[in-house]
Amino acid sequence: MDLHFGDSKPTDEERAAVDALLGPPESSWEGADRSAADLRWARGGREARDRRDLLLPGLHALNDRVGWISEGALDYLCRRLTVPPAEAYGVATFYAMFSVRPRPATVLHVCTDLACTAAGAAALCAGVEARLGPGGGVQVERSPCLGLCERAPAALVIRAGVGPARWASADEAVGADGADGADGVSGRTVLGAGGGPFRSDGAGRDGDTGRPGRDIPRATAVCAPAAVDATVSAATAPENAPAEPPPAAAVPQAGDPALMLLHRIGTTDPASLDDYRANGGYTALRRAFALGPAGVIREVTDSGLLGRGGAAFPTGRKWQATASQPDHPHYLVCNADESEPGTFKDRVLMEGDPYALVEAMTIAAYATGAHRGHLYLRGEYPRALHRMEHAIGRARARGLLGDDILGQGYSFDIEIRRGAGAYICGEETALFNSIEGRRGEPRSKPPFPVEKGLFGKPTVENNVETLVNVLPILTMGAPAYAAIGTERSTGPKLFCVSGSVTRPGVYELPFGATLGELLTLAGVRDNLRAVLLGGAAGGFVRPDELDLPLTFEGTREAGTTLGSGVVMAFDDTVPLPRLLLRIAEFFRDESCGQCVPCRVGTVRQEEALRRIVDRTGADAAGDVALLREVGRAMRDASICGLGQTAWNAVESAIDRLGAYE
Amino acid sequence: MTVTPLGIPRRLLEFTLDGEPVRAPEGSTILDACRAAGKDVPTLCEGDTLTPKNACRVCVVEVEGSRTLVPACSRRAEPGMQVRTGTERARHSRKVVLELLASSVDLSTTPRVAEWLKEYEAKPDRFGPDAARVNEEPKVDNDLYVRDYDKCILCYKCVDACGDQWQNTFAISVAGRGFDARIAVEHDAPLTDSACVYCGNCIEVCPTGALSFKSEFDMRAAGTWDESRQTRTTTVCAYCGVGCNLTLHVQDNEIVKVTSPHDNPVTHGNLCIKGRFGYQHVQNRD
Repeated sequence: MDLHFGDSKPTDEERAAVDALLGPPESSWEGADRSAADLRWARGGREARDRRDLLLPGLHALNDRVGWISEGALDYLCRRLTVPPAEAYGVATFYAMFSVRPRPATVLHVCTDLACTAAGAAALCAGVEARLGPGGGVQVERSPCLGLCERAPAALVIRAGVGPARWASADEAVGADGADGADGVSGRTVLGAGGGPFRSDGAGRDGDTGRPGRDIPRATAVCAPAAVDATVSAATAPENAPAEPPPAAAVPQAGDPALMLLHRIGTTDPASLDDYRANGGYTALRRAFALGPAGVIREVTDSGLLGRGGAAFPTGRKWQATASQPDHPHYLVCNADESEPGTFKDRVLMEGDPYALVEAMTIAAYATGAHRGHLYLRGEYPRALHRMEHAIGRARARGLLGDDILGQGYSFDIEIRRGAGAYICGEETALFNSIEGRRGEPRSKPPFPVEKGLFGKPTVENNVETLVNVLPILTMGAPAYAAIGTERSTGPKLFCVSGSVTRPGVYELPFGATLGELLTLAGVRDNLRAVLLGGAAGGFVRPDELDLPLTFEGTREAGTTLGSGVVMAFDDTVPLPRLLLRIAEFFRDESCGQCVPCRVGTVRQEEALRRIVDRTGADAAGDVALLREVGRAMRDASICGLGQTAWNAVESAIDRLGAYE
Repeated sequence: MTVTPLGIPRRLLEFTLDGEPVRAPEGSTILDACRAAGKDVPTLCEGDTLTPKNACRVCVVEVEGSRTLVPACSRRAEPGMQVRTGTERARHSRKVVLELLASSVDLSTTPRVAEWLKEYEAKPDRFGPDAARVNEEPKVDNDLYVRDYDKCILCYKCVDACGDQWQNTFAISVAGRGFDARIAVEHDAPLTDSACVYCGNCIEVCPTGALSFKSEFDMRAAGTWDESRQTRTTTVCAYCGVGCNLTLHVQDNEIVKVTSPHDNPVTHGNLCIKGRFGYQHVQNRD
């Protein structure tokens, strides 16, 4: 590969950022100064090109340190990894969190998605922009859902660069308890806040030391619920921002002994491996080793576990299909790129019970014959990233990851990959491309991931919640697990309840509970106008449909979807056409652009919804008909689920709620 | 002359195409079978020398048991498959895809598209006068070829031809996302600052005329481009010993464009800068 580079040179800081990730360059072929030896042999070839998957971490390294990706920096990274600059440019411009134009070091992402809009995101944006203004050293960006819907409206501050308070970043601070009293942001009392028994900041640091290059030279702060004053001060000094409430604050049922997936959140220190083991941790893995890989797959198959990411594919079948592939190596990928508007369950699981995911990934890998796992974690989740990095580090140090897990001679390790702001990367094959250092565009199927997945090898990819369900399956046995829920939807399910409820958060209920029961539990407010199930890709139901059973088959029979478990309640103060327009904007922004129905269809859908935002009846009929035609083509002809579902919510609002009538 | 490799004999698969039993060699796509059966399925992003990208979705057909429509260009035929090419559902998607494209980019130089718009009764105007368009100005930054991305349907063929499928130059990629995605060189620089080697193999595969010889672009601008007055002569490139085939497009005794036959078993339509653009000496009359 004969690469062409321009004349732009990286700054010392950019060079240092890349070298911190990749180590110093070995020769001038990789960007070092030229020496006499370089004239006699060339380095590169396949070995160098095989590191293409470090492109995304490299872009992150630059963005974290400098705040944007300059020509010189991109060229240097390309030289180090033997990646054509044009392709790297295509990758860098694909992700919303990267910029190839200079911008202030601090970027404030203000969520303007559904729950946050209903909670006053517009006023927050206006207030913050008025105070920070252009030239104020902070770039304010309107963001799709930040996964903080239980504390809407939300904002996320990311400040690039090694500041004066180098490691006192919010990444560490978030684990600390206390500060809640001083937390001017949060005006309400939340369960678990204030009395959190854990201090994890110290443990967090020890997990991070000794691994130079893995530290993240940036500061982040989460403001939720965000007031203008607190957001402005967090954006100005993220390292001094008040700590987030503990993860248990997002679990209104925390402490209930009947919980199966959430029982450790609020009762077990997420930073302590000992605490995890004392609370039932690693019994499932021991059981897995006792059963053997085939036995684990049999248990998971018998349990009837269906994937919780939205597609509800039988997990046991997926594992069996991967395990039986003759091609090696096999890979395990955990999809933690939770970006569906209204979804935050995976964030809460990772923040509150990170070792459970480490254990579950180990079991999945053992069952499917994988020795390497990738955890693809959403870029907007700094605390979950910190918790998972820490947990993986501790597990590795204690021999629960690595060459000889629990003395069983089985080797497995987990690598975290951060997303960079692309909803589409939650699509399973787009996620592979993203990890491989390519644009996060979905691949066409077949071949399916179990046959040709990550790096073209058999890959099993599961959602965080799906994997965490494997623990109770193994500890209680498949028959007991399958007895929970309904016949065709077994086990417990997490629901992300937000919007017009008094106790928003993640709820765990057995499948089969009705929508009304869930909403009552969450304290639904009066004047309910509509409930959105499954997020932007899901559908609306009416307030008179509250007896809808929350199961995969029940929602399907009712012509709607459970999706990833989003339950967003809207009262009659929220103008429905505005919500639909926001959903359409979301899909327009997040379409990868690969196929025509989605790339142009999402634009046409948004245009039509904008035209009829204040119209009803005959004035809207023409555009509604147009929407139906475009929507049908998107559903039928798009490559992946994004385009296929981009019209779902709008269609359901028209047909079920009578929007525009 | 040239020996065309026949390959290993392939087993024939039997499946149903529009109710008729058909047999196709193992490994062939639905599109191959359609073409063999004389069915005209429209295609835009499909290229005879490239791996199907199935990005344009204009070739979608209905396959029994499939939740969504499937792209004929990339889906391989399977035994027992029941394929229907002309259903209302498939025709609806093709119609909308054509409308979406025609309402956002300039398809005036895309072969056959006017015919398809008519056949599928597509009405691109119905998205209204304010429908967003790609709105790109032609990039004229060198003397050899022009990139007019207002005509680009993002079929990825140029990227694939420039990349690992043929040229291995990797000068271009898709940059940006969604409706804002464009074909670009690194840093969106002019072509002259890029890795481009001016082989013109991207022009060879471009289905819409977004990439064109500067000579063609200028003649079109001047209104003198007239394919009915052009002759095509296939000859052998005289520059080196490879012996690539050149097809010289001549109008008014001037070479106006050079292509290469895609069925050439050695070069598959690919050329280098000399064969593609180095023809001026032929018409030097000094």
